[in-house]
Amino acid sequence: MSVIEIMFWFLSVMALGAAVMVVASKSPVYSILFLILTFFAISGHYILLNAQFLAIVNIIVYAGAIMVLFLFVVMLMNLNAESEPHQKNKWVLYIGGISGGSLLLVIVAALKKTVATTQLVQMNNGEVGLIKNLGIKLFTDYVFPFEISSVLFLSAMIGAVVISKKEG
Amino acid sequence: MPVYYYIFLAVALFSIGVIGVLIRRNAIIIFMCVELMLNAANLLLVAFSKMHHQAAINTNSTAASDAQVFVFFIMVVAAAEVSVGLAIIVMMYRNTHSVDVNFLNRLKN
Repeated sequence: MSVIEIMFWFLSVMALGAAVMVVASKSPVYSILFLILTFFAISGHYILLNAQFLAIVNIIVYAGAIMVLFLFVVMLMNLNAESEPHQKNKWVLYIGGISGGSLLLVIVAALKKTVATTQLVQMNNGEVGLIKNLGIKLFTDYVFPFEISSVLFLSAMIGAVVISKKEG
Repeated sequence: MPVYYYIFLAVALFSIGVIGVLIRRNAIIIFMCVELMLNAANLLLVAFSKMHHQAAINTNSTAASDAQVFVFFIMVVAAAEVSVGLAIIVMMYRNTHSVDVNFLNRLKN
């Protein structure tokens, strides 16, 4: 077993375990911390795939900005395990678990025998994910969507301010 | 690494997100599970990009780097979505003093 395989399994177990804990933990703060752990594991996967730009953006945007925003809102509302709304109807738990599990089962069974399963993923080399290549791509072929996304951010910012104003 | 390991990992993460959306009642945790599903899709896009990398170099196509630019734009849209969504949750908390999504069913009356 090579180092890359060991890293792959370690990061996969970390991502799945932390993702389960996001759903299972009682306190919202613990959920957020486990989600940050999941994002770090996914960033590790990106580094393993040599997608360095996306790994850095994932850490900065998701683990850095978005999760701090979540944590900030949770602490603003003073949420904890006691104020957590409980699922009173046990059937909802079972039905949710069963339908999510069947989704997993159906997709895995459907993809088990496709042609794509024999293909290999190039690990740890290939320069498609480096910052230089993606930067050139972003500012030549995708410059118009890139500028449009700035308008999207502006409208999201204005929308967030308008919604959370005291007397909207 | 065969690509189906990545497919199964991403499908498992996505299913955990679906289960979380279905069984939890806290609006913030439901929102976090949506982020988890977005990230599962991102991981799969990057894995497929690296799967087609060699073929893309041979045929002089740009499919491999297109996928990674797509992941970047998904992250951009997710960041904008989170800011508006959290503002809505804060607004809801201010009106009902709870983040329980079941409170919102009175919208139907």
